[in-house]
Order: sequence, then C-alpha cells, then structure tokens
Amino acid sequence: MKFTLSWLKEHLETDASLDEIVETMVAVGLEVESVENPEERLAAFTIGEVLHAEKHPDADKLKVCKVATKDGEMQIVCGAPNARAGIKIAYAPVGSYVPGIDVTLSKAKIRGVESHGMMCSARELEMGDDHDGIIEAPAGAGVGDPVSQWLGVNDPVIDFEVTPNRPDTNGVNGVARDLAAAGLGRLVTPAPAAVKGEGPCPQKIELRFDGETKDACPAFAGRYIKGVKNGPSPQWLQDRLRAIGLRPISALVDITNYVTYDRARPLHVYDADKLAGVIHARLGAQGENFLALDDKQCEVDETMTVIADNNGVLGLGGVIGGESTGCTEETVNVFVECAYFDPLRTAKTGRKTGLNTDARYRFERGVDPAFIMPGIEMATQLILDLCGGAPSEVELAGEIPQTDKTVLFPPSEVKRLTGMDVEPEECERILTALGFAVSKSDPWQVDAPSWRPDIEGKADLVEEIARIVGFDHLPTATLPLSKAVETPKLTVGQERRRLARRALAARGMLEAVTWSFLDARHAGLFASPDDLKSKGLVLANPIASDLGVMRPSILPNLINALQRNADRGRADLALFEVAPLYGDDRPEGHVNAAAGARRSAPPRHWQGAAAGADVFTVKADAIAALEAAGAPTPSLQTTADAPGYFHPGRSGVLRLGPKVLAHFGEIHPRVLKEMDVDGAVHGFEVFLDAIPAGKKKPTKTKPALDAPELLPLTRDFAFVVDAAVTGEALLKAVRGAEKKLIAGASLFDVYEGKGVPEGKKSLAVEVTLQPRERTLTDEDIDAVSTRIISQVGKATGGVLRA
Amino acid sequence: MSELATIENDLTAKIDAAATEAALEEVRVAALGKKGVVSEQMKTLGKMSPEERKEMGPALNGLKTRIAEAIEAKKQALAEAALDARLASEKVDVTLPVRPEPKGKIHPVSQVMEEIIAIFSAMGFDVAEGPDIEDDFHNFTALNFPPDHPAREMHDTFFFEPKDDGARMLLRTHTSPVQIRTMMTQKPPIRIIIPGRTFRCDSDQTHTPMFHQVEGLVIDKQTHMGHLKGTLEAFAKTFFEVDDVKTRFRPHFFPFTEPSAEMDIQYERVGKEIRFGQGADWMEILGCGMVHPNVLKNCGLDPDEYQGFAWGMGVDRLAMLKYGIPDLRDFFAADARWLEHYGFDPVDQPNLATGLSR
Repeated sequence: MKFTLSWLKEHLETDASLDEIVETMVAVGLEVESVENPEERLAAFTIGEVLHAEKHPDADKLKVCKVATKDGEMQIVCGAPNARAGIKIAYAPVGSYVPGIDVTLSKAKIRGVESHGMMCSARELEMGDDHDGIIEAPAGAGVGDPVSQWLGVNDPVIDFEVTPNRPDTNGVNGVARDLAAAGLGRLVTPAPAAVKGEGPCPQKIELRFDGETKDACPAFAGRYIKGVKNGPSPQWLQDRLRAIGLRPISALVDITNYVTYDRARPLHVYDADKLAGVIHARLGAQGENFLALDDKQCEVDETMTVIADNNGVLGLGGVIGGESTGCTEETVNVFVECAYFDPLRTAKTGRKTGLNTDARYRFERGVDPAFIMPGIEMATQLILDLCGGAPSEVELAGEIPQTDKTVLFPPSEVKRLTGMDVEPEECERILTALGFAVSKSDPWQVDAPSWRPDIEGKADLVEEIARIVGFDHLPTATLPLSKAVETPKLTVGQERRRLARRALAARGMLEAVTWSFLDARHAGLFASPDDLKSKGLVLANPIASDLGVMRPSILPNLINALQRNADRGRADLALFEVAPLYGDDRPEGHVNAAAGARRSAPPRHWQGAAAGADVFTVKADAIAALEAAGAPTPSLQTTADAPGYFHPGRSGVLRLGPKVLAHFGEIHPRVLKEMDVDGAVHGFEVFLDAIPAGKKKPTKTKPALDAPELLPLTRDFAFVVDAAVTGEALLKAVRGAEKKLIAGASLFDVYEGKGVPEGKKSLAVEVTLQPRERTLTDEDIDAVSTRIISQVGKATGGVLRA
Repeated sequence: MSELATIENDLTAKIDAAATEAALEEVRVAALGKKGVVSEQMKTLGKMSPEERKEMGPALNGLKTRIAEAIEAKKQALAEAALDARLASEKVDVTLPVRPEPKGKIHPVSQVMEEIIAIFSAMGFDVAEGPDIEDDFHNFTALNFPPDHPAREMHDTFFFEPKDDGARMLLRTHTSPVQIRTMMTQKPPIRIIIPGRTFRCDSDQTHTPMFHQVEGLVIDKQTHMGHLKGTLEAFAKTFFEVDDVKTRFRPHFFPFTEPSAEMDIQYERVGKEIRFGQGADWMEILGCGMVHPNVLKNCGLDPDEYQGFAWGMGVDRLAMLKYGIPDLRDFFAADARWLEHYGFDPVDQPNLATGLSR
C-alpha cells in the first residue's frame, strides 16, 4: 500500500519529519518497504530557460537551442516540437542519469552540432507517460531551481506492507490513526457530511439471495446523480494517483480510486443510462459472463456474487466492474454503488478468476461496514465538486452488518503477557486513540471499532497497547534454568543421525541435502508406482513435473547428483545424505535413513592409483554408519537378498535376524540406464530407526580390560568348500569351534581355479589362539585344529585343502 | 722391538685396514681364534718359568684385551658406516606428493542446525520432531488459521491427492505442527525447539520448494514477551558470534501468535559481505510472538492459566547470513564444489565451550 506524505497530512496534523513518520510506522507494525523521495530522485534536474531556438542546419525535425541553466548558457540539440524560445524546461546536465531512457548523458555531437545535456519529457523523468514534447515548467520558475519544486512531484511516496489483520490500514486514514495514537500528531480525518438529495433514487436496488447465502452481500447502498460532466480529474488528484502508481482515467473513476485509498472503501460508479431495470446483487449462474473493465471476458459461476440488471451480469461484486455500464466522457447520469461483500466469498472469487484488484484486496480482508453510508456521502460530495450534477436521496437495500464486539479486559493482562508496566491511564488513552470505547468497570469492557474485524479477545488488546507503547520498551528477561547444568537434549534418533553423519563424513564422503520429492519415473525404479499411489505419496500440485512424488529412497537423488557432478568433470565422488524417506503418508511412514552413493574414478598417482569403490566399500560405509549410530555390528548378519534396484550378484542386506538395518551393493545397471547414468555406481542405505534401542546401563563403567600375559599365536587353515558356501558361514564355524582359545579368525584368501575342483573354492583363514593359563603344547594346538576342521566340515562340508 | 710389539703393530694395522665386517672377522680369527697369533702366544705361557710368566702373563692379556677392543671398536665403526651407506642409498624425494585422501564435509544446514541446538540446549530446550507429511488440523486448523486463510491455498501448500473421504494430506508448511503435537501430548512446562524440513510450493531466487526451519515453543505459567526478547537476543549474539549484535522487535501478524513480532538485526553490507553489529540497516531474521489463546485452547490448555511464546526461523537463511553463502538454491544442488567449499570438517562439532565455529 502506497501513499504520499502530503496525503497523510490531510489526516494527520503533525510536525514530524519523514524519517520520524517512517520510524514510527515500523514501530507500530506498519512495515515500511520503501520510501521514495522524488526530490532526491530528481535532484540532478533543474529548471532551465530556452533563450533561442533555431532549426538544425542538417535536420528538419531538430532544433539547436541556447539554454540558460545553472551551469551557464548551454547549447542543446532537441527534437521536441514544443522546444521554443521563452519556455522554462527541465534541464539534465552532462553526466546525469536519465531514468526513463536508462542513459547517463555525455557530451554529444548530433548531426555535426555539439549538444551539452538534454531537455527532458515527463516520461524521460518517469513523471508520467507524456512523451509528445518536453516538460514546460511554470513561467515563474527560476533557472537553477530543482524541477521537483515546480512540477508537483516533491511529495515523498511511502510503501508499506499491510498485514492481513489490519484492513483499516488499506486507507491513508488508518495509517494516520495509528500514528496519532503513537503520539506523532493529531488525527484530523474529516467525517463525510451527508449531502442532501432531491427526491428518491430513481434507480431501484435489490438483494436477491436466499436465506443461506444472504451474507454474500448484506448491504447495498446507491445514489443517482444526474447531470454530471465527466472529464479529466484535476491536477491534484491526478498527481496523487500517479504518485502511488495508478493511472488517472477520468474524474468519476479517479474519485472511486481516491476513496479506495483514502478510506479503504471501494466504490463503483455506473453510467446510469446504460442500466436496464432494477440493479441487483445475486449469486451468478453457470454459463454467465461479462466483459470486465480489464477488457477480458469473465466467466461467472454459482459461487460468485454478481451485480446484474435486466440485461445480465454487470460485474463481480467486490472484485471488478463491467465494461458495458462503465463511465465515459459522454456520461451524464451516474449511479454510485457502495456495498458490503463477504470477505471469504470475495477471496474465493478472486482466486478463481485470478483477478487482483484494489477492491478485491480490501473486501477479502474486510472493509468497515459502518462506513457504507459515509462512503457514499463522501463519493457524492467529490462528484459534485469535480463533475457537478444533482444527487437523489440514498437508497439502501439490506441492512448494515452489525460489528459490535465487547472484550472483557483486565488491564493487568498487559503485564502478564508482555512483562511491561503500562499505567492503566496510558492503556485507556491508547485504546481510545485507536477508536476503542473503554468502560472502566472491573474488568474493563472494551468495544472494538467497526473497522477492526481482527479484534477477538484480551490478547488482541494487549497487542494494541504493546505495539503503540513500542516493543523497544519490552524488558529483557532470561528464562530461568531448572537445573544448575543442563542435561542432554537429543533424542536417541537425533543422536543416531548426528553420529552417522559425522562417521560418513569422516570416511571422506560429502554430505548433500536433496529434495524430499523426485521424478515419478525415477521413484518408480525404487518402489512400485502403484504402491506410491496407494500409500498417498503422489503430490497433487508439484512445483515441477519432475518433483511429483515423495521419495521412497534417498538413493535416486544421490545417483542423479553423481551424474550431474560427472557431467561437470567430477567423475570420482562419494555423496551421502542423512534425512527422511517416505514409506506412506502416516507419521510412522516418515523414516530416517542414512544413504550414500559412490562413483569412482581414482586419480592416477606415482605410487599407483587407489582402489576404486566396490560392493565392499559401500558395505563398509553401511557398517561404519551403523556402528556410529550404536548398532551391535559384530552381531550383524549379511544376506544376499537386497532389493531389485541393486545388482543381484553384488549386493546384500545387513540384518539382525528378521530386522533389516541396511542395503548395500552395486546399483543395477538397468536402473542406471533408465536414469541416464554412465558407469558403475555403488550405494548403501541404512535405516537408522530400525536399530534396536540400546540397554540403559546403570553406570558408565567400561568392562575390565582383558590383556593376557601370554603371547597369542596364529595358525593358517585353507578349506575347500562348495562355491555356494559363504565366507560368513565359514568364519562363524571357525569362531564357534572353540570359545576359550580362539580369539579371532580372519579370512585372507579366496581362490578358485587350478588345483581346486570345479564348483569348489578355497577359503584361507588365519586363526589367532590366545593362551590363558599356560603356554600351549603341540597337543593343545592339534586339539584345537582338529575341532576347527571338524566344525567347518559339519557346518559347511568343507575339507582341509591338501 | 719385542715380538709382542711387532704382533700388536701388525694386528692393529690389519684391523685398521679391514674394510668389511668379513675382513675384520678374518683378522679376529687370525688374532684371537684358536690358532690365532695371540692365542698361540698364550699357549706358550704354560711352558714358561714362573718369573717369565709373571712378566709375560699380564703383557699377553693386555695385548689380547687391546686387540679385542680394537676389533670391537672397528666393528662398530664398520656397522655405523654400513648403516650410513644404507641410509644414503635409501634417500627418497620427500617433496613428492602424498596420496590424496578425499575429505568428507558436513552440509551447512546440518552444521547450523547443530549450532542452534547447542545454543538452545544450554537454555534448557529439548529437541522435538514430527513428520513432514501432515494433516490439515496440525498444520493449519489447530494453529488458528481461519478456514480460508490464503496460506492454505494451492499456491503455498503442497497437497497430496485427496483420499476417499475427501481429506487431503499435505507437506507441512512450517514446523509448527510439532508445537501442536507436543502440547497435546505433554503437560507444561514445555520448552522445546523443533528443527526440520518444511515445504512451500514456491520457487525463485530466494525461495526453494523445500527449506529448513527451527521453531521454538515455551509454555508455562509465567513466561512473557520479555523472556521472548531476552531469549532471542541471546540467541542472535551467540549464533552470529559477534559481541554487540543489535536486535529490534517490530509488531507483525501471524495467525498463531498474539501479540506477534518480527525480530530484525542490524547489519551493514561491506562489498559482498554482510557484517552484523555495525551499520544502520535492519534485516528480518525471525517471526515470533506470544502463543495465541486459540492455539492453547485447541490443545486443551486454558489460556488464562498457561502462557508462553513461540518463534520460527529459517535455518538455510541463517546459514547464508552467517557464512556468506550467496544463493539458497545451491544448498540443494549437491554440487561437489559447493559442498567442499561451504561444508564443514566432521571434527568441527558445534560446542559452546569451544565457540560454535572456527
């Protein structure tokens, strides 16, 4: 919402400077977005006088002028038809920036004649649309005076954000009221005087709603004015509208715009001679339409309030008027409408039609119902003043909506909610200044003014008082601590995510944050499209078609990111993300995961390139994340049944019995192809929420250190087993063969080929034996070896390799 | 010259001349071995008269000891020389580059969330969370959004396809639904912050369809706006790690707070940098206010008995301001160059004792 300083001063008698006004607006909650001071904007331009003008020797349309300026006499070449000796002009010196043509002037030669600076048109100085000639300033203007002083543009324009709770500040008088309450001056908004009409209104008005929809338009006031003369509005009105970015149209239209901005009261003026029969408000009907004032055909439906006559729809109530009954230069008899339209219905109509008008903006936030009658009087007086004519009496259809609202208010609420000490007298003064009626019973009874639909209860009054006193008067208080030292605050889940994140970064991976949604086509590679739909994960209004479903896995986003980076020349990269994925639309469907993806192209190095990532790299990633997050990793089992988006032979699942904690492996080449990804990608996903809760221990004591005195010794075993036997099964058999002496077993060789029968493989294990009470004898060692060999034979069918 | 002196001179010369450990060993055997010259001399002692023995015994033993010592000394010298030679031969070009190790980084959003948590933890706030996919009640109705509040409309909120009963789930537009979930399940006093992902159907230079918020909520029987001011001012100073960050509170409007405010901090733009604690311009960094009585009622709390404040702030924006990150959209692009440049070393764990950042 924009207004000018002089406009404000018609409502606020004040000595305050522009800066003080702006500061106070911000302090009371009217957030100023910009202040434009034309005096500053036009500071470079001063009045000049054309002393002499003659035709350019080489151009018919150009003139060579001698101009008296603040810089002395200048020669300026000018193409304007009105450039002639004796006129006062707007002089732009060399070096100045001319906003309307976006040019910084330099000394020029035009068709061989030197030109020093420029004489500007209104459009060149962004003071209007006029570009037919240069500006002619009043004859009294002095050479060297700032142009702003003589051209009616020295009025600063303030633009501020109107919050949805303050429809009253959609009018300049509402701003003035807040400022007056804040002590910046006296509110002097004139109350519109009733204009005596002659005879009843010849134009009949009706409200045609049934009981349930009556509130769509509860009141419709109108008045007939005959014999007006429409034409351009006077300069002061045009200047005012132009200053706030509105285009002056004609006196009648400009008057409605003026009242809209002055009092937050939209109006409409019809050419009464174009109306057929009773003008009425009703709901629209499917199929109806009309040509709106924006020159577009507007479709109407049964949810919208329309204004109609016998010929059909004339306009949308509270949103936009129609072309057919609009006022023109020829209009002589008018009908002025001042009505109340329901905010919700107006808002819906506005959204449906996409029409953003000043009227809609005000009606959907709520106009002051008590200003219907004053509004029409104010409009009448302006029309009479600017266009003449003779008014009828005012006709009102329906009833003015009631706005009485009384809040029971103990003034102690101010202290309770804000901590500020404000004297009751000051509370009363502020409320009264804002238009509330205060009755000091116990508790106070405070009546809200008709223009404040936002006031509901005590807290609203506290806000009114606090914002006028100023939030800079709030005390600074510290929340009391309940303990001398605070206890840990993260939940188990939050702590797991923090630790998994840092563990993965410590493994050299970069943490990414990617969208929670993705392309349905890519999601479909990681979950069945039917499931995504039936589980409610498809967005109805995605921001882009490739961000249409909630992600069933973090992997596709990371895989796409790897490819994007590769396209920029970064082929060797490991990314991870610790964030949610979505199983369904219930709170329980929100699953916290840690996922990572690697695409490797290890750089060459003089010591030889590092190994590239493979399935065991991402298995290690998954185990590292799980371990950091507190999973009992030694107890994990690995199975080879990862989901179908992994390579079927190079992927696995980490689990605790039936509980799946992680997937890892090479991404299926078919999936990569569908995603237009080159090369191999390895990935993992860890389901942090699935980790079983750790037992709460009574103390932080660690178990005693087990560090035997005796030296451990190692023995190697090579077993020939069926190719299908897993390393994990063999190691489990070895470790389980003897619990006391076997301290560890590691698999150090896997071999298939010459020397090992077809369908078999050789697995070599180093077993560490830890003597406890005495040094082991050969017999002791043989006994353990025998048990290992027999246990492996039993569990896997393996035999010692010859 | 006596015979012994001749032997000693001869052996000493040979020891000196031995260039290798093997040559030295030969000298040792030739001198001190079973048939060595010194050993042969020792054997003659038995045949000597006691007087001769008394003279020759110490002389021979002295010779033996001196030769043995000379050999040992030479042996050590040879070993030293051999080691020096080996080490000299093992010289490498230590200026050669080490094998590059990829350096992992923590995303600025995660880091800043941890910074925020560290600050509010110290002020006694628990960390609460809730789901990204929400229903209308928790995201809007309970938070005092009138039925047709513009923020509910399509252009702001991501909706899911309607269910059979017509109800539509949505992506939460703020983390405030967790306020409702907490107040409905937990008795005051409540002091929580709520970090998480939030979503708005909006995309331009300064808006992304997904972003991050940290919301705060305090509910008890005495907390007023002065506490709100004190808490958030302390936060701003601690978070930006600038001693004299200036803040101001301005009245504003939110459906779920009354009175409502926005907090601005003072800043100055120096070139492309934003500096806090200086300058004359203000920028808004968060919205806040006293929890609206209707919100308390909606959660079953009596607004005449309970009161408190809430605030919400954008984590991504705070990260941009603190660390000078120019474009919001880059946060979610997973560009390795950006992640490496703006990311944090995993050893930098935000902590108030060490300062939040290096």
